[in-house]
Amino acid sequence: MIDRVFMSRGFDNFDFRFIGLIFAILGIGVLSIYSVTHDQGVAYPFYAKQIVWILLGTIAFLVMWLSDYHRIARLAYPAYAIILILLAVVLFEGKSSRGAQRWIPMGPFAFQPSEFAKLILILTLAHYYSQAPRIGWLQRVVLPGLLVLPGLLLILKQPDLGSGLSFLAVYAAMLLMVGMRSKAVGVILLFSLMLFPFAWEMMWGSLHDYQRQRIMTFVDPVYDPGGKGYHALQSRIAIGAGELTGKGLYGGTQSQLKFLPEGHTDFVFSVFAEEWGFLGVLVLLLLFVGLIWLSLEIVARAKDQLGALLAVGILCMLSFCVVINIGMTAGMFPIVGIPLPLMSYGGSATIMTMASLGLLLNVKRRRLSFF
Amino acid sequence: MATAGLHDSELGELQRRLIILRVGLLLVVALLGLQLWNLQIREGPYYRDLSENNRTRSVIMEPARGLIYDRNGVLLANNVPSFTLYVSLEDVKDRDLLIDQLSNLLGLDAVLVRKKLTARGSKQLPRKVKDRLTLREATLIESHRLDLPGVMVQVESQRNYPGGITASHLLGYVGEVSPEQLEKPEFADLHQGSIVGQYGVEKFFDRLVRGQAGQKSIEVDAVGHEKRTVVVEQPHAGDNLYLTIDARLQKVAENLLGEESGAIVALDPRTGDVLAMASRPGFDPNILSRELTPKQWAEIVQDEGRPLNNRASQGQYPPGSVFKVMMAAAALETKTVTPSTSIYCNGGYQFGRRLYHDWKAGGHGSVDLRHALVHSCDVYFYTVGQRMGIETMASFAHQFGLGEETGIELPSERVGIVPSEAWKKKAKNESWLPGETISASIGQGYVNVTPLQMASLIGTVANDGVMFRPRLVQAVMDRATGELQQRSAVPKRTLNLRPGILPVIKEALAGVVKEGTGTKAQSALVTIAGKTGTAQMTALRTGPEKDIPKKFRDHAWFVAFAPVDAPTIAVAVLGEHLGHGGSASAPLAKELIETYVKLNLPAPSGVKDGTVARIGDAGGQGTR
Repeated sequence: MIDRVFMSRGFDNFDFRFIGLIFAILGIGVLSIYSVTHDQGVAYPFYAKQIVWILLGTIAFLVMWLSDYHRIARLAYPAYAIILILLAVVLFEGKSSRGAQRWIPMGPFAFQPSEFAKLILILTLAHYYSQAPRIGWLQRVVLPGLLVLPGLLLILKQPDLGSGLSFLAVYAAMLLMVGMRSKAVGVILLFSLMLFPFAWEMMWGSLHDYQRQRIMTFVDPVYDPGGKGYHALQSRIAIGAGELTGKGLYGGTQSQLKFLPEGHTDFVFSVFAEEWGFLGVLVLLLLFVGLIWLSLEIVARAKDQLGALLAVGILCMLSFCVVINIGMTAGMFPIVGIPLPLMSYGGSATIMTMASLGLLLNVKRRRLSFF
Repeated sequence: MATAGLHDSELGELQRRLIILRVGLLLVVALLGLQLWNLQIREGPYYRDLSENNRTRSVIMEPARGLIYDRNGVLLANNVPSFTLYVSLEDVKDRDLLIDQLSNLLGLDAVLVRKKLTARGSKQLPRKVKDRLTLREATLIESHRLDLPGVMVQVESQRNYPGGITASHLLGYVGEVSPEQLEKPEFADLHQGSIVGQYGVEKFFDRLVRGQAGQKSIEVDAVGHEKRTVVVEQPHAGDNLYLTIDARLQKVAENLLGEESGAIVALDPRTGDVLAMASRPGFDPNILSRELTPKQWAEIVQDEGRPLNNRASQGQYPPGSVFKVMMAAAALETKTVTPSTSIYCNGGYQFGRRLYHDWKAGGHGSVDLRHALVHSCDVYFYTVGQRMGIETMASFAHQFGLGEETGIELPSERVGIVPSEAWKKKAKNESWLPGETISASIGQGYVNVTPLQMASLIGTVANDGVMFRPRLVQAVMDRATGELQQRSAVPKRTLNLRPGILPVIKEALAGVVKEGTGTKAQSALVTIAGKTGTAQMTALRTGPEKDIPKKFRDHAWFVAFAPVDAPTIAVAVLGEHLGHGGSASAPLAKELIETYVKLNLPAPSGVKDGTVARIGDAGGQGTR
C-alpha cells in the first residue's frame, strides 16, 4: 500500500518545498560546522560525521514519511517503555561529558536516548488522546501528566535541563491543543500556583551548581566575563560582531579562535551569525519560519486527531528548540543546552529531528486514508 | 466506542486553536528578530570592538639598550637574547591556580609572583614575571602551554657586561623601573617591567641608552596562543656610548688595587677625559642586572666592604698632605710666603697649650716652600695656614674644586667638605676653634675630599691652572641615523693665580718623586711629579704602623702627573688603610702611568688631529 500511494501521488509541490527547506537548513548547518572545525586535522572531522548523520537521518525521514503513522502510533507505549529503560540505563552505564550523563556508548559512537525520548513522548501523548475521548481534567491533564513524569524525572536526573524543558513544552503544547474547559484551566492554574514554591524548591534543589550558575549569570554575563557567564557573553559578542553582513566564511574570530566554545553544537547559530551577519540571520530565520508555516498547514489539514496531535507535538517541539536555542545564544534566555534543530552537530539529534519531520510530512500524505 | 464524530469535533476545535500557535510563534520569532537586530545592527559596532579586543593582545617589544664602548671601541656593555616570562592578565582565568603552577614549575616565590601580577598598571599590558629563563625553563613553560592560559615566553635582549666586574661602578647596572620611579616625569613613557639604568653611566645616560619600546598586536586564540602578528610598531634601540676610558688601563688600575679597598682615578688633564676610574671592592653588574631576591639584595647592601659604593666619586677621605699642593699655591698667591721664605721646623708647632707634631720627629730644620712640599713638612704648612686663616684656605680650596661637584656624569657624586666658620656653624652649630685651622692646613680635621676631586686638582695643576670637567662619554652614536656626535671637553675654570706660581709648585712636585717622600713613584720610562698624602684615621698613634689593626690604619694617598714638562695624565690613588701614601700608593700610581705611556694613546681631539676618525671607525666595527 505504501508503494501504491507513493507511486500514485508522487511528490507534490508542498513536499518539495518542505524537503527543500529541511535540506537548506541542514546545508547551512554543515557549512557552519565546517567553518569552525575544518582545521582540526582529525581523521573524521565533525562536518564529515554530520553528513553521515544526515544520510542516516534521511533514511529515518523516509521510513517515518512512508510508513503508516497509525501503525507507528500503535508502537508508542512499548517504545515509551523501552526509552524509559534506556534513560535509566544512561544513569548507570552512561558516558558522561561536562558533568552530565547523557550518552550510551555504542562502538565509536554514543547514543543519546533523551533526544529520541522527545519524539516517543509525542507519539505516546498523541496516541493517548486519540485512542478514546478524554473527558474531565483527570483524564485530560493528570493521567497524561503521570505519563510524562517518569521520563521527565529521568532526564532531569542526568541532568539534561534542555531536554527536560522540551518534554514539558511538548506536554504543555498538547494540553493547549486538545483544549481544556475553562474550569479545568482554572484548577490547573490554582494548583500550579500552590505547588509552585515546592516545585521551585525541588527544581532548584535538583539543579547542579553549573546549571544554577548559568541561570544566575544569565542576568548579567558581563559581570564575570572570565567565569560562568563566559559562554553567554562570548556568544553575544560573536552574534553582535557579525553586524549587517558578517565577517565572511572562516572570518568569525570568535569561533575560529575558540573564544566561543561549542561552536559546532549548541552555539552553531552564533557561528553562523558572526560569519553571515544580520542578513544571513534573516535568511535562516525565514527558512525556519517557512518550515514551521508548512508544518502548521499540515496540522490544519490533518484529517484525524492522531495526525493533528502528532503534527502539533512535533511542530511545537521543534519550534521550542529553535526559539530557545537562538534565544539563549542571543542572550534572551539562560544557557540550557538545547541544540538547534537541523543545524547543531549531533547524531541522535539530527536523526531524531529528521525522523520527526518525516512523521510530520507523513501526516499530510496520509490525509485521505482515514480508517 | 463510536467516537469518530466526537473525535472529529475535537479535531475541528484543535485546528481552530492553531491560530494561537500561529500568532504565538510569529510573535516569538519577531522578538528573536528584534533581539538579533539589536545585537547585530544597533550594538553591532560595540560587539565588533569586543571581538577585536578578544583576539588581539598588545605585547610590548622591549628596545635593545644602546651599546657601551671604551675609547677604542672595546665593547663594555651589550645585549644578549634571553627568554622572558610574561603573563597576560586578560587571559588568566584563575589567578591563584596560575601562581601555584608557576611557582611549582619554575620554583618561583609565590608571594613575589603575586606581587607582580597584582601591581598597579594597565590590565591590557602583559606583566613581566621573570626574565633570564633558562632554556629548560622556557621549554617547560612551552610544553605546559595549554594548562597555563595567558602565559607567554618572549625572546628579549638582556643587558650583558662582557667584562664582568671590570669598570662596574662606572658602567653601573640596569634593573626594572621601580614603582616610585614610574611616578616621575622622566619615566613617564615607561611601564611596569621596563628596564632602566639604576647605577653609573647606565643610569646617568639612561635617556639616551634606553631606547624606545615598540608594541605589537598579536592575534591570539582563546588559549592565548599567538596566531599572527597584526600591527608592529618597531622598538627603537638606544644610542651607543663611547666612553673616555681605556679598558686596558681600567683593568690595570683595578688589578693594582687588587683585594684592597680604594680608588684610582686617571684623567687626561688637557680635556678632563676619565682614562680610568677604579673602585674596589666592586660588583658584577651582570648579577645586579638580574632580578635579585630580597635576601641577595640585603647581602650586597650589608656587605662590610660596601661594594656598591663608588669610592672614586662617592668615597670621602681627609686629603692629608695632598692638601699641601693647594696650600702652597694659596700661600704664594696671597703672598703669605715667597718661594724663598724659610720657616724653621723643629718637629712641632706650639699653639696655645697644644703642640702640633710634624710627621718627622726632630723636624726638618729650616725649610722653604720647595723643601716643605718635597719632604711634606707639616710645621711649614701649620705656620702658613695659621697666617692665612681658615677663610682664605677655604676659598682657595673651592677654587681648586674641593667641596663642590666635579660635574662628572655619574649619579650621586659626593662633594666632600671644605671647612670654614660658616660651614661649622651650619653643620655642627658650633663656632670655629683656632686650632682647627692648624689641622686643616695639612688636610686633616674636617677636610674631606673624593679621589676624583684629587685627580682633578692635580690635573688642573698639571694643566697650568685650566680645570676641565671630568668627561666620561666622548661620543654618542644615534642608532637611528648612525650619526656619531662628539661631545666636547668642557673647561670649568682657570685658577686665579699669578703666573709663575704653578711652575714653582710643579717643579717641587717633580722633586717629591725625584728626592722626597714619593721616590717610590720614580720611573725609568717617564718623568713623574706627585704628592704623597696620609690621611690619619685616629689620633692615637702608638707603636709602628703594622701593629695597628687594619681598620684603624691610615689611608694612603698619592696624586701624580706625567710627563712633568707636558703632562698627559693625572692620577689620584687612594688605598684605604694602606698606611703611608709614599710607600703604599706611589708605586701604584707609577705602574699606572707606565702602563699608560706604553699604551701610547693618541692625543685627544683638539690637541692633535686624527682622534675623531679613529673613534668613529672603532665604533662602526663594534656595532657590526
